Amino acid sequence: MAELLVLAEHRMGELRDVTLELLSKGRVLAEENRLDLTVVLFGHGIDGYADELSGYADNVLVLDHPDYADFNAEAYQQALSWLIGERKPKLTLMGHTSFGVDLAPALAVELGTPLATDCIDLTLKEGRVVVTRQVYGGKLNLEASLREADGYIVTIRPATFEADEPRLEKGKIVKLEAPSVDVGSKRFVEYVELPPGEVDIAEAEILVSIGRGIKEEKNLPLIRELATALRGEVSCSRPIVDKDWLPKDRQVGSSGKTVKPKLYLAAGISGSFQHVMGMKGAGLIVAINRDPKAPIFRIADYGVVDDLFKIVPALTQKLQELKQQG
Amino acid sequence: MNIVVCVKQTPETAEVELSLDESGRGIETEGLVFEMNEWDEYALEEAILLKERFGGEVTAVTMGPEGADAVLRRCLAKGADRAIWLKDEAFEGSDAYATAKILHAAVKGLEFDLVMAGTQASDDGHGVVGVLLAELLGIPHASMVKKVEVVEGSLRVNRELEGGLEEAVELAMPAVLTIQTGINEPRYVSIMGIRRARKKEITIMGLADLGLSEGDVGEEGSWMRIERVYRPPVDKEPVIMSGSPDEIAGELVEMLRARGLV
Repeated sequence: MAELLVLAEHRMGELRDVTLELLSKGRVLAEENRLDLTVVLFGHGIDGYADELSGYADNVLVLDHPDYADFNAEAYQQALSWLIGERKPKLTLMGHTSFGVDLAPALAVELGTPLATDCIDLTLKEGRVVVTRQVYGGKLNLEASLREADGYIVTIRPATFEADEPRLEKGKIVKLEAPSVDVGSKRFVEYVELPPGEVDIAEAEILVSIGRGIKEEKNLPLIRELATALRGEVSCSRPIVDKDWLPKDRQVGSSGKTVKPKLYLAAGISGSFQHVMGMKGAGLIVAINRDPKAPIFRIADYGVVDDLFKIVPALTQKLQELKQQG
Repeated sequence: MNIVVCVKQTPETAEVELSLDESGRGIETEGLVFEMNEWDEYALEEAILLKERFGGEVTAVTMGPEGADAVLRRCLAKGADRAIWLKDEAFEGSDAYATAKILHAAVKGLEFDLVMAGTQASDDGHGVVGVLLAELLGIPHASMVKKVEVVEGSLRVNRELEGGLEEAVELAMPAVLTIQTGINEPRYVSIMGIRRARKKEITIMGLADLGLSEGDVGEEGSWMRIERVYRPPVDKEPVIMSGSPDEIAGELVEMLRARGLV
């Protein structure tokens, strides 16, 4: 039976959420197109993952080898190009993650397979793929069709689809050996962890978060004062850390921390999906931004379309007055 | 160390009301300000830093229509030695794959130890051109790079992973690196630099110069065809607070008080 392939992703002993998200979308597409849903699992000593994944897929293909222990785009590409050449899946899904970004494009070129990346939706109908993507920082959506081919590769933005519950009927676990394993000219050395900061913003109940809108480093005290008045901590979006105005442990988002405060006040943050992924679980989201079309307003509970340099000091002052009244 | 840097210009779209063009497949670009893609600023800076340490030349390459040479002038002003402008009407409508093929045709004949590009562009955000190019060139790559070290003729780089984690990876040269923002502090353009850049020549190459045919590029040579561009559906609208800053602040405080947050 023709199949739909999903590439499993794990790191440091944990299956990554994106894997189950891909399988849940993969299941829908597989059923619509009468395809087998097959998940490919690379790694070393990974029987536990294989067992878990068998609850979500019809087949679990396990490639266990010491050189697959940690992600290596070259080694995985070599095995996947062999596997895809043998099995000819109609569609291969991967996460648009650090892992997918490093692997999918090179694999697509090697196989001559049309590729679409960072998709937030896709359809597969009569052998044709149409994808939905976000462009211009999330301000617009774009629909694109892929050139008709025997197979396609699509990478999906993490946290786009919800994971399913496992099924009672388990899929088949099949152990495979790639014809050769060559880590090539690229070698994984080690993981480098972020040094712990003075506070863990993931634990904070109130976060006052700042983005590009703060314009200059010298304006940061404005935000610190508001955070103090709210008895909260200061956090930020990526550009602030890129500029070295705040340390990396203050960064909220997919490449920073995931936070779940009771209140998240975002000032001058446009709300890229990478940022939103790190804070959408907040209890209450208040956004201040001059741009009424900023994507942050699509997830905010309360919005102020105005200059943060006017609103933030006014808010700090009101809170201080309130404190004095006791 | 000779380095090729791939750059592109992108429109500044924050705080801008975007309108769709007549075809419904793109945006109206008139009136938009085009700048060097933010990721490419960091890629260029990293290339110049390496050149300052190890010597060699930096060649900036861009593919783009009329006006796209501004981004090359900027590269020259910051310290690039040479610039190549890939310009042809046939290139219009090229997706990431066709763009990579065009870049490949230009880069493959150059002498280089490293090719650098931004991890992604701020407009279409595919995040693939650098890695596609690496595979077309048949050389190793590392994407989303946050640190570059040269150790005894090979590379040791840190790749950005999720959740604040990085991975250190070793790879041989020549290689393609796609650079993440924040890896360095891009320098400003100096007046001296602008003067210097004015004297330098920009090499223009079109379809025939690159040995490509029309079928390789544009929509025909692409994997992806844009069907339509549209405003995303709004599934949740916030309560918008308006008034003077003082009134807004008062309203916000009341709302937070009612919820026991202050």
